[in-house]
Amino acid sequence: MHEWALAEAVIKTSIEIAEKEGLAQVTEVTVKIGNLQQVERPILRFALSQLRPSRFKDAKFRIFTAKTTLKCRVCGNTWVFNKNSLDKETVEAIHFVPEVAHTYIKCPKCGSPDFEIEQGRGIWLETIKGVK
Amino acid sequence: MADPRTSIIPERLSRVRRVVAVSSGKGGVGKSLIATSLALSLAERGCRVGLFDLDFTSPSTHLILGANDVQPTEDKGLIPPKVAGLEYMSLVYYSGNEAAPLRGAETSNALIELLAVTLWNELDYLVIDSPPGIGDALLDLVRLVPQIEFLIVTTPSRLAFETVKKQLRLLQELKIPVVGIVENMKMTQASSVKQQTEALGIRFLTEIPYDPAVEDAIGNPQKLFSTAIGRKVRELSKTM
Repeated sequence: MHEWALAEAVIKTSIEIAEKEGLAQVTEVTVKIGNLQQVERPILRFALSQLRPSRFKDAKFRIFTAKTTLKCRVCGNTWVFNKNSLDKETVEAIHFVPEVAHTYIKCPKCGSPDFEIEQGRGIWLETIKGVK
Repeated sequence: MADPRTSIIPERLSRVRRVVAVSSGKGGVGKSLIATSLALSLAERGCRVGLFDLDFTSPSTHLILGANDVQPTEDKGLIPPKVAGLEYMSLVYYSGNEAAPLRGAETSNALIELLAVTLWNELDYLVIDSPPGIGDALLDLVRLVPQIEFLIVTTPSRLAFETVKKQLRLLQELKIPVVGIVENMKMTQASSVKQQTEALGIRFLTEIPYDPAVEDAIGNPQKLFSTAIGRKVRELSKTM
């Protein structure tokens, strides 16, 4: 249920943006979740629906998962994160703090932990649509 | 469009009366021992206290506290476990005994994540053990934590204090409250650090003699108060 905390953050930020842009009603919120964090989409969706304020009553929450690409800073190798190569405890640790991927994942080509998360880290508010 | 995590951080800390980051421009000056002793002393005085280890690449407060076999519980966020009377949060819950080789942006991301999802109870004090240096953690705390205050640790060495003075000037320029300076590992009667601190208009909190016995107190929070650090910080906590 740590997804609930992330959903609260999404709603709070969405409210701030809606106010800034003068949206009286929000009709659509698009959230991207990076595959690395392994956020449970049904839980996130449920939390968003429970936390929505009145201005969001008709809002549709679009949630999509982005694949995670990692790039080694040492040898330049780029690869796609795959949780199946990790045990359950490690996946859970990365779920709570994606940066601990640097503790458990090494470049498959040269073995370095010095890689960049090019895309697909965690939660990101992509777009908000509404009427003024 | 936006990272949603940062906007929730002030709300997560809204029930914390004071957030005190124990920090130093230099490493190896005793920040973790002082941060832990301060948190324990305040708790001993009946305050509700949290301790948050932000030294992600070299965490050590879990060793000082002897925190074994504890994990946050998950309920609409992460609820820190109680260790020695403190609500205690650290990256070691997730990195274990292995290295967390993080670059600056990654450190920031981990810090933002933990600040955004950790659910502290109502606290009188949240003591933060900061990593050394005038870098990402200091700048992120200033940017993200509205009620941040710094308690700065130095040693008598010019090598430490010259960097600490730069850190103090930066915090003064940024108008960030500085609780004061603690001079740790003192081995002479010299008062140079005290004089220079006061000349900067900053409170000199205390000086702590070098005490090799502190090594034997690691892992035993109560034994910490039989050391010079524990005793001096306990006195200091009465003036917070």
